[in-house]
Formats: sequence, C-alpha cells, structure tokens
Amino acid sequence: MTAYLASLMVFAGINVLLALGLNVVWGLGGMINLGLAGFFALGAYASALLSLRLGWPIPLACLAAVGIAAALGTVLAAVTARLKGDYLALVTLGFAQVIQLIAANERWLSNGTDGISGVPGPWRSVLSPMQFDLLCMALCWGLVVVCWAALTRLALSPFARVLRAMREDEMVAAVAGKRVLWFKIRAFALGTGVSGLAGSVYVHFNGYIAPDSLDVLLTLNVVLALTLGGTGRMAGAVIGALLLEALTEGSRFMGDVVPALSPVQVASLREAVIGGVLILVLRLRPQGLLPEASRPMNLEPNR
Amino acid sequence: MEGAVLAVPAIGFNAVYAVLRFANFAVASIATIGAFAGWTANTALGWPIVPSLIAAFAVAGVAGVVADEAALRPLRSSGALTTTIASVALGIILENAVRFVFGNDPRGFDLAVHRDWRGFGLHAGPQQVQDAIAAIVAMAALFCFLAFTRAGKTMRAVADNPMLASLKGIDAVRIGRIANFVGLGLAGFGGMLVALDTQVDPLTGFRVLLSIFAAAVVGGLGSVPGAVMGAFLIGIGEEMSLLVLPATYRGAVGFLAILLMLSFRPAGLLGQRAS
Repeated sequence: MTAYLASLMVFAGINVLLALGLNVVWGLGGMINLGLAGFFALGAYASALLSLRLGWPIPLACLAAVGIAAALGTVLAAVTARLKGDYLALVTLGFAQVIQLIAANERWLSNGTDGISGVPGPWRSVLSPMQFDLLCMALCWGLVVVCWAALTRLALSPFARVLRAMREDEMVAAVAGKRVLWFKIRAFALGTGVSGLAGSVYVHFNGYIAPDSLDVLLTLNVVLALTLGGTGRMAGAVIGALLLEALTEGSRFMGDVVPALSPVQVASLREAVIGGVLILVLRLRPQGLLPEASRPMNLEPNR
Repeated sequence: MEGAVLAVPAIGFNAVYAVLRFANFAVASIATIGAFAGWTANTALGWPIVPSLIAAFAVAGVAGVVADEAALRPLRSSGALTTTIASVALGIILENAVRFVFGNDPRGFDLAVHRDWRGFGLHAGPQQVQDAIAAIVAMAALFCFLAFTRAGKTMRAVADNPMLASLKGIDAVRIGRIANFVGLGLAGFGGMLVALDTQVDPLTGFRVLLSIFAAAVVGGLGSVPGAVMGAFLIGIGEEMSLLVLPATYRGAVGFLAILLMLSFRPAGLLGQRAS
C-alpha cells in the first residue's frame, strides 16, 4: 500500500510538472501547446538513452533532457511564431504525433514499439523497492517545489508581465517596444524544458518508456489539470494536477463497483471521464478553481 | 492515403470550419463512428457496400449533430480555441464510446477479393478504384447540395459573411446544425472509405487525422474546393514520400505540409481568410 501511494505521488508530481510547464506557455503566454506529449517524450527518451547507452549519471542525463526539450521548443516556437489559436493547436498536435511516429519507427534509436526498458533509477540497485519508491517520491516532489517556487517568482516578474500583455493583445505589446518573438521563444523554451524534466523524472522512476504511452490523452490530461486549477496561476496548476490524479485514480476502482464490465470497458470509461470533466469545467467554471488574480477588464462580451 | 478518399473527410472538416469557425478535432472519432456504422450494416445486416456507405454518412451525421449540441455549441461563445480544446475532449469521449461497445479488436469488411487490374504498366486494386468512385460521387453530391439547394446556399452565405446572413434573417443555429450533419456525415463516409482500405478499430479515424488537417490547411481552412485540392496534393505527397522515406513516415508528410503552408501562405491555396 505504501508503495502504491508512493508511486501515486510520483505520478502526481510528474503531472504537476507538466501542468507547470504548460502554464508558462499557455497560462502566461496564451499560446496553446498541444504538443506536450512530444516534449515529454523527448525528455524521457533523451534521459533514458543517455543514461542507459552512454552511461551518463542520472542528474546529467536529466539536465540534457531538459536542454533537448527546450531546444526543440525553441525551434517550434520560432517556426510557429505567427500562428495562434486553433492554427497553433493544429501544428503543435502534429508535432507530438511526429515525435510519437519517430519513437515507434526508429528501432536503432528508440527500440521501436517495444520501448526502452531497464533505464537506471537513482540507487535502484542498492535500495529495496519500497525505499526506492519513497526516495523517488522525495526527489520528484523536491523538483516540484523548486519548479513551483521558481515559476511563482517568475510569474511576478516583468518578464511574465510582458507575456500576459502579449496574451491579451500582441499588437499592444509590440507597440510598447517589446520584442514579441523573443518573448515567445523564451516562454516556449522554458515551458517545454519543464515538460522535458517531467519526462526525465518519469523514465528514471518507471524504468521503461514506450511510444504508446505518449498519445494525445497525456496532453489532454494536462490541459484538463490546468483548466481545472486555473490557467495563469502556478498554484492553480498544482491544485489542478493533484485533483486530476485523484480523479483518474478514483475512477480506477469503477471496475470493482460494476463487476459486469470488462477491463477494456473500464479503461474506456476512465478515458471518457477525463474528456467529460474537461468539457464540464470549460462550461461551468472556465476560469478554474484558482483564477488568476488580475483578470482583464471586461469591456466587451467575450469574443 | 489515396487523395480521393482523403478528400471526403477533409471536405467535411472544412465545411464545419467554414460555418462554425473552429477546428473540430472530433472529426477523427466521427470518422471512426462512420466506419463502425458502415461495418455493422455490412457484416451484421449483410448490406452491400454502397448502402453501408450511406448508413455511415447518416449515423455519423446524426451522432455529430447530437454530440455537438450537447458538448460544443454551449461553448462556442467562449471563443474558437476553447471550442477546439473541447472538441479534442469530445473526440476522446466518442472514441471511447466506440471502444466501450465494440472493444479494441480490428475488424474487416465482407468483401469479395479481386485480382488487381493491370494495364499501361500500372496496376490498381478494384476496391481502390471503387472507393475513389464513391468518394467522387460523394463530392459531386456535396457540390450539388451547395450550389442548387436552398440549405446549401444559405450555408455558403453564413460561411461568407455571418453578420450579413443574420441581417437577412438566416437562423445561424439551424444552419450550424445542417453544416454539422453534412460535414460530419462526410467525415463518417470518409471514415468508412479509409476503413475499407485499412481496418475498422477505435483508432481508424485518428490515424488519418494529421492527413485530414494537412489537406484542409494546404487547401485553405474553410474552403471546400481547397480541401479537395489539398487532399489530392497530400495524397500524392504521401505516395511520393515512399521514394525517399520508409512507408511508416507517410503521416509526417502531412505535418511538413502544414508547417510549410502556414509559414508561407497561411490562408492556404484557395482560402481567403488568413489566421
């Protein structure tokens, strides 16, 4: 039971990291990034390959994973700088699909659909499984707290103020002399770097990564977590991700309540619940549980 | 994916975009629903392919209208991006509804197996030719609907200028429903055509989503003739990519096409509206 709870907390922490990363790009910068699963994958595969094949120590592999995800984020931001709204959603979702396609097909690199197993974890060989889970929980939540504190600080900075201005009206920010492209690129690099970190934490804890765990549902989960908590506030991202974890774990027991359902049916119901809750939240409380403190003045009805 | 086959769901996507002004990601799951509807008609009821295709259109159209009314229409006033995100969620719900009923196992249609036709150094499967003909007939029917019927003309009017259309007393909600029925019905029709070529399972539609987007963006979001042109270009591009890339990377062609198009001509080949 302790092991189950510890691993639950690690996965919750990973979700919080992903939500924090998306909050920089989407919450502050107003740029939708449906390519989250792709950056998560980049971080996970980079960390796994560097530590397993090249024998890099885990912290170094983790840093490299953050760097690679941030670098690709920079490229994607530069390429999509002129797009917004549903156009950006299209391109970023396509990016994630291409990453998944590469992971599934380049057997020499990613071992194809079989995935990579046996990825080293911190002191995994000397600890008992229970100790390992607890250590990972502590490390993961240590990273969560560091990221949360840093990003909360960042959200108060002039940098974040420019991002919010761009979110509300890019033209105004540009007229005020802000180099919009440069801000977009930095926000994207920062946010996708955090997503890569989440992937790295995942793979060193889980020991295994395969392309089928990288589908659009992973991205949707995070979008839901952030919407639930409230976009723009870092605390909202944390609360939302924790609530989501409670929801997905709670629905795991649906099969016990209704024994007539097959495992596939239970799995499909759980996925459908995620989608349903997201639509309900968008409808009933689009600003989330913890809305951003400074909302824009509503001079005209929402467009 | 063959251009003619791809054109059908791409037209559906663009027809919905033209009238309702948001990218409906749920087209993938609606296409899957069409594939399952057609498959049920074909194998369980023993219908031939053509009536099964009509069943795919009707079931997907009705399912699309109902799902949109329940999930997306109340959100449209909150903006295109919110609706788009909700449509991703709706797609997941519909995909899992299909999975709940039918499970994950791949299925195939009841088809007679034919020898390929050969000639002029080419060969083609009769099934592919039949699919292409069905796709072209569906497109022709849509063009007739848009050009000659009152509902079709009003749809074009709303797509062209919603403000003017509402001044003329056109009921935008009703036209939205018609656009959804026709557009998502076509997505279902296309989903069955895709399934005839591949297989029927809960991800049938999702696998071609990137190609559908690519066709729609290359042709111009919201442009019906654009979607046809885009689909043929993407179809040809995916085939040509086999010369330089392994077959598994066909899907990436669509992404590259989207990136190139949006970088150089965001409005698409035949679209007027830029982002």
